[in-house]
Amino acid sequence: MAISFLDNNEKDSIMLKAAVLKNRLGSETSMREESQPEQIRASFLSDSVFKTALNVSAVFMLLILAGIFVTLVLESIPSIKAAGFSFLTGKTWDPVFREYGTFVFLVGTLVTSFLALIISIPFSLAIALFSGEYFRQGVFSSFLKSAVELLAGIPSVVYGFWALLILVPLVRTFEMKAGIIPYGVGILTASLILAVMIVPYSASIGSDIISLVPSDLKEAALSLGSTRFEMIMKVVFPYARSGICAGILLSLGRAIGETMAVTMVIGNSNLMPENIFSPANTMASIIANEFTEATGDVYVSSLIEVGLVLLLVSLIITVTGRYIINRTSMQQ
Amino acid sequence: MESQVLKVTNFSAHFSGNQVVNNVSMKVAHNKVTALMGPSGCGKTTLLRCINRMHELIPEAGVSGSILLHNKDIYRMNPILVRKKIGMVFQKPNPFPTMSIYDNVIAGYKLNGISLKRDEKNRIVEDSLKKSALWNEVKDRLYKKGSFLSGGQQQRLCIARALAMNPDILLMDEPTSALDPKATSHIEELLTELKNNITILLVTHNIAQAARVSDFTAFMYLGNMVEFGLTEKLFTVPEDKRTEEYLSGKFG
Repeated sequence: MAISFLDNNEKDSIMLKAAVLKNRLGSETSMREESQPEQIRASFLSDSVFKTALNVSAVFMLLILAGIFVTLVLESIPSIKAAGFSFLTGKTWDPVFREYGTFVFLVGTLVTSFLALIISIPFSLAIALFSGEYFRQGVFSSFLKSAVELLAGIPSVVYGFWALLILVPLVRTFEMKAGIIPYGVGILTASLILAVMIVPYSASIGSDIISLVPSDLKEAALSLGSTRFEMIMKVVFPYARSGICAGILLSLGRAIGETMAVTMVIGNSNLMPENIFSPANTMASIIANEFTEATGDVYVSSLIEVGLVLLLVSLIITVTGRYIINRTSMQQ
Repeated sequence: MESQVLKVTNFSAHFSGNQVVNNVSMKVAHNKVTALMGPSGCGKTTLLRCINRMHELIPEAGVSGSILLHNKDIYRMNPILVRKKIGMVFQKPNPFPTMSIYDNVIAGYKLNGISLKRDEKNRIVEDSLKKSALWNEVKDRLYKKGSFLSGGQQQRLCIARALAMNPDILLMDEPTSALDPKATSHIEELLTELKNNITILLVTHNIAQAARVSDFTAFMYLGNMVEFGLTEKLFTVPEDKRTEEYLSGKFG
């Protein structure tokens, strides 16, 4: 057994050396400070420049937001004057007869988004658990992670094409077998493609949050004889709950505003949808569909007001979501 | 002749190629405190984690030799069952932050999906908290979150959580190293009380703590069991030169 211990002499000499070294370093730094005061001034200057740059870009951000909001409000005024509150409650959208009721589109937006959210949650939770808890390292895990992130980068028009070519025939076949009018396009198809599009957001945030659950809590659960599944359900999920919800909320925001892919497969009907197989329109898809052909001030202004309502709806959902998340995380 | 709860024979553990515990043998006697001491990195925590089969959760970990719990090889049992019979208290207090004090104590039952009657639960919670000397401090706020307690109280809550499962043996991994001196002495007092009813295996790098609370002491160094015996004997007339040097503060 070869164990070498430092005897006292050795220890002393090391301490002495350390002290000398410290002294020398100390005097060197103080010399440098005295001889180069202009360097300190320069660092002060760069600090204040940096701070100003930060402030300016922050204010700029807010100005853009305010600008968008003010523009939408100003441009909506003719429509607000013409339709008033019935703009929100009216169920008929018929530009030929100058009737502008957006209730149908509001329903379309909310139904497609929440349906997409419900469809996506099991998948995003499963992916989040897979890469955040079960396989945190390894080739397959990092491959999956980058594949999921790549999904977020696919242009939505490409998603729309894919949905037209693959999803629409699938849904149509299903509808034929189920004895429903086989449109193929409609709310369900739009929700399915939306679900695929929003999975990356909630999955990657969920996976980050789940991998942040302290390992000592997980060990505590395991040491009490729980299985991994029991540990995940009763320790990991409760701990990560508010973060997972934040990710889901972000994906909902994305679903509400998504335009191109939805417009391509939702069927573009201005009638009130009867069920989830009916063709419909969302607020975003009606704008995309009709903006180029809108003639007349009120028509254009009405479409802009739809945009304003869309902005407010996503604002309301984000704020309520934040409030719920804050409240539940406070309870922790 | 004292009855043994746990018997470790020629046990070795390694992970990713490093031999961390090397051919170790020791016994843990019924209703006694056995201390496992040694400098950092000597393998004492790894040995402890092998006893409730937490070590194998690390990838590329492996073991050889045998550990018998009441004469049954724990490496031939279901690890879930082993962990139910062998309680563990960790270095850092780790009550579940999402659960109330009450739920923390019966967390073992909740996690395992065992449903108990209301008064049964109440009895277990009260019993366990009394055993861990926390009852009087928390009885009026059982339904508040455990994370508002002080560090020492949190550690006693974790002890109560482990005791609630009625384990055959309680493993403690440096349970006072994250606590202040007052909370430490509180836990040490608790240990001497607890050993009337339960067998304890305590890992510590604090020599004085081992001397104060344990009946038996094992000294590990570089993965080897240097010496194992009655605490009194090991501290007064150590057989091995390395034990003597460690006790006199020459290293560690």
